[in-house]
Amino acid sequence: MGKRVGIEGSIAASEAVRLANVDVVAAYPITPQTHIVEHLSEFVNDGELDAEFIPVESEHSAMSVCVGSSAAGARTFTCTSSQGLALMNEIVYIAPVLRLPIMMILANRSLSGPLSIWNDHSDVMSIRDCGWIQVFVENGQETFDHVLWAFRVGEDHKVLHPVIVNMDGFLLTHTIEPVELLDQETVNRFLPPYEPVFRLHPDKPLTMGCFAMPGLFTEAKKAQDEALKTTMPMILKGWKEFGDLTGRYYRPIEEYETEDAEVLLITMGSFGETASAAVDMMRAKGKAVGVIKIRLWRPFPFEAFRKAAKKAKTLIVIDRATSYGGPGGPVASELRAALYGEKQQPAVVNFIAGLAGRDVGTRDFEEMVDQTLKRKKRARQEDYQIYGVRE
Amino acid sequence: MAKTESEITWRDLEIGLVVTEPGNAKCYKTGDWKSLKPILDRERCVHCGLCYIFCPDMAYSPDQDGFFIADLYYCKGCGICAQECPTKAITMVPEEEE
Repeated sequence: MGKRVGIEGSIAASEAVRLANVDVVAAYPITPQTHIVEHLSEFVNDGELDAEFIPVESEHSAMSVCVGSSAAGARTFTCTSSQGLALMNEIVYIAPVLRLPIMMILANRSLSGPLSIWNDHSDVMSIRDCGWIQVFVENGQETFDHVLWAFRVGEDHKVLHPVIVNMDGFLLTHTIEPVELLDQETVNRFLPPYEPVFRLHPDKPLTMGCFAMPGLFTEAKKAQDEALKTTMPMILKGWKEFGDLTGRYYRPIEEYETEDAEVLLITMGSFGETASAAVDMMRAKGKAVGVIKIRLWRPFPFEAFRKAAKKAKTLIVIDRATSYGGPGGPVASELRAALYGEKQQPAVVNFIAGLAGRDVGTRDFEEMVDQTLKRKKRARQEDYQIYGVRE
Repeated sequence: MAKTESEITWRDLEIGLVVTEPGNAKCYKTGDWKSLKPILDRERCVHCGLCYIFCPDMAYSPDQDGFFIADLYYCKGCGICAQECPTKAITMVPEEEE
């Protein structure tokens, strides 16, 4: 069925976009997303992908083109990072309101300033409330799989939402790993051609993107919120069917060694693999530690998270972004809110780590666990610590 | 539209807030924005049509006698027609007065 090859994360991602047979790619190159877009432009140039490659003059234009092409009924892909996402921000918020299933890979990179090209999650957290379906992947295989999954789920008529697949810049985009690529026939079985419900066409004129007066805006926002929340069953169905086809099953909340754990590390993205290796190391020393990996960020899987979180007394949330002057990391802040009012509430400790490519290795995860176990006072909402900062 | 704005619930909205009925913006009453309305003095009017050309809401259209008349369902009372009229045939008067 598939071919297992050593391949860079970015190339695996662009292979998946090619196999998805997209109609339009509109993107502007930015580190560390560049290899994905470069490779797709080569596919189009070499006739291996029958798509319009639109080399736009900015990310604002990239997302604008994506909105137009998706509205016309084309399967549409874009890809960006950091400042590029910041520049396309205005249009990012519009796509889900129009229910356009655009697929975007976000090669996560720190937002400036200071200027940095390296990985953290400050870019995606800046558009946390944009209304797209948002997932995180932790290795090359998950990246490849989730590109296909994102098209399939996003274009489902019960979903019709744009999807962001977050892959950590450099850590995943530039790492060569073994990845099982699927053949075209298997992909075609999983991903049927896109059939829009509404599309811009002169034969059947309609209006998209119209103005809403105060008398209808609230209703429009309620409809948007409900529409995103009700995508959950189809998100799960997409993963189930992908698993049945490939043997690789994914869940909104992934767990590793959680059953008898007293302390759970909570991660998103590539931290998950390192934290799992750290758990193996700590388990060998007799420490009851596990990992919860948040794969699905929006719509947030509250029930699955609470079920997993209640297994431990202490949660250590490792955020790759922070809210300056606020409650610390955005993930910890949300997880504390998700647990508020529950009868059985684990203590939530928050570390901000891995900012702009600062390495976080297995020993660092162990250090965070050790520091947490030494704590006497229960953490409050606004308690967090920037891990590894030089005092 | 079958329902008026105040009757529409979030469930009634089309996917993506798409408007499937082309040209239904003409149902939208902008006439209730105005405090002044244009009154035409037919004695002075020379049928030049400048009011019709300048009206930003395209509220003016010619009647059977060739006079340009503002449709008060759309007229916002901006007064551009009165300003541009070369013979001062149009005057803006408060809505409640004639």
